[in-house]
Amino acid sequence: MIGPRTLAEKVWERHVVHRAEGEPDLLYVDLHLVHEVTSPQAFEGLRLAGRAVRRPDLTVATMDHNVPTVAGPVDPISRTQMETLARNCADAGITLFPTGDLGQGIVHVIGPQMGLTQPGLVIVCGDSHTSTHGAFGALAFGIGTSEVEHVLATQTLPQRTPKTMAVTVEGDLPAGVSAKDVILGIIARIGTGGGAGHVIEYRGGAIRSLSMEGRMTICNMSIEGGARAGMVAPDETTFAYLEGRPNAPSGADWEEALEDWRSLPTDDGAMFDSEVEIDASELRPHVSWGTNPAQTVTIDDVVPAPADEASARALAYMDLRPGTAIRDIRPDTVFIGSCTNSRIEDLREAAGVLDGHRVREGLRAMVVPGSMLVKQQAEREGLDRVFVAAGFEWRDAGCSMCLGMNPDQLTPGERCASTSNRNFEGRQGRGGRTHLVSPAVAAATAIAGHFATPEDLER
Amino acid sequence: MRAFSVHTGRALPLDRANVDTDQIVPAEHLRRIERSGYGPFLFGEWRKDPGFVLNRPEYEGATILLAGPNFGGGSSREHAVWALEDAGFRVVIGPSFADIFRNNCFKIGLLPVELPDESVRALMDAVMDDPATEITIDLNELRVSAAVVHESFEIDPYTRWRLLEGLDDIDLTLRYADAIDAFERVRAPRLPSIPRS
Repeated sequence: MIGPRTLAEKVWERHVVHRAEGEPDLLYVDLHLVHEVTSPQAFEGLRLAGRAVRRPDLTVATMDHNVPTVAGPVDPISRTQMETLARNCADAGITLFPTGDLGQGIVHVIGPQMGLTQPGLVIVCGDSHTSTHGAFGALAFGIGTSEVEHVLATQTLPQRTPKTMAVTVEGDLPAGVSAKDVILGIIARIGTGGGAGHVIEYRGGAIRSLSMEGRMTICNMSIEGGARAGMVAPDETTFAYLEGRPNAPSGADWEEALEDWRSLPTDDGAMFDSEVEIDASELRPHVSWGTNPAQTVTIDDVVPAPADEASARALAYMDLRPGTAIRDIRPDTVFIGSCTNSRIEDLREAAGVLDGHRVREGLRAMVVPGSMLVKQQAEREGLDRVFVAAGFEWRDAGCSMCLGMNPDQLTPGERCASTSNRNFEGRQGRGGRTHLVSPAVAAATAIAGHFATPEDLER
Repeated sequence: MRAFSVHTGRALPLDRANVDTDQIVPAEHLRRIERSGYGPFLFGEWRKDPGFVLNRPEYEGATILLAGPNFGGGSSREHAVWALEDAGFRVVIGPSFADIFRNNCFKIGLLPVELPDESVRALMDAVMDDPATEITIDLNELRVSAAVVHESFEIDPYTRWRLLEGLDDIDLTLRYADAIDAFERVRAPRLPSIPRS
């Protein structure tokens, strides 16, 4: 008899193709997402070995990392990479959503949007934020290029069984506290390496109360806590999001899928290798002050005194003095976008704060929808007009200023309030200084000219 | 994949915690489609500082990187391990590594060795004291040896065997092609698929 099992264990077990003593399990991959940056060497490896793509029908590609988000020329190096992806996909029969296509967008935005991301699947991509898809109760994790090649060739991956970690957030989230603040609070607690070797399952009333997009924001940043994958058990919120999407099951298949998905949540009595509990009522909007995502405080705090050599180095890089109130820090730029916070609800949230206001003079502000369909939806709702009227640049979909490999970059010393996921040195451009925040705080900060919450604006 | 059994060399002490893959290879260098030639981009920003440890002549020719805790976090970019490999490194020794980085190392035959904090500290101090200090990493015996430190390390037996033999993962998996075929025959037809374009 099988004892009580966790969500992660259930999804794992149903994908074991081959198991042998002393070997990693060979796991089947249901969905392989591909983008231009981490795939060219994988396709080249296949060619050199004379191997074919085994399941182009379980593979989907887009261009997101190095695409410009305004019309104009693409630098020759990036263009070669994008053309290489197009050629590789054409040769292998892989569906590609290139720039200029309405289906194009950040790989972790388009998968769920198309209904391809479903509960119980194993999903991989050569990108560490693949953890995003775990919001649906899928086991989704980032892989390197050698593994991309392995999945292209075999549709499987040899994997060691991970440990499991339960992160339970109970209680009601205070007003103004978003999913972004929840995950920043979790990372502050467990540290950037705290989830290493683990799959995190986010549980508890505060997680259940979140929309799918909020859950995606949380699972997205699992990797910032060191965990390759984060998951949320599928429930009625999940099913309502999926129903009717282009690639979601329909008719009798939908009923069969529902029955299956309802069997996935962690059984009562299942054991996790480690457990963390967080009281939702104690959470506040978070702002990062340092150069890793665990270096955060609440917006009501001050820049902390350095605890060690690493935090002293971070403070020096960020040009911050201990004791400075977070609300007294004045960014030069506000960026709303990235696979963490570029979905329609994020844009609605930010636009709601901005409506009737103007961006502080001298401050650069840009909003980059996660996909061209998100952009289209936002325009239907008139959000673009709110952003533009407030003084934001309204751009095309892409990773944009999250990662400093396309034209959207900070200049040395430029300070940015960003809804992205990483505040590493130079992440948004050489010498740039990143403060991670929620869309609501980003919008309020754009108006105030210093870190602020929407409530601050009303005072 | 390049096989690994025993390696002796000098080490580069990178005494920093939480070194992420954006530091190991900044994103601007990820637009290339080549698999090789990333060595010059290793620690691309930090190396612009003439005093950065990688630029110090006494560490030239180092083949072992001594790292701080949680090395290789962040992005999944395999370019990070390609850059280390291309710059001549065969081993990274540290107290802990990020999961994807460690996996990527194993795929190309770069050996990540986890040692207790105090052993890494002792190696770091020894190498900073005398850059000519040689360290030997023996994957057969699972031992790290230097003048000051003799320590065993762990690695799962399967990965050790793969590294010792220099075996390619795809070849190993294709031994089970029949099992993959069988799995696909019973996969539920309702599972999502994308029509061939």
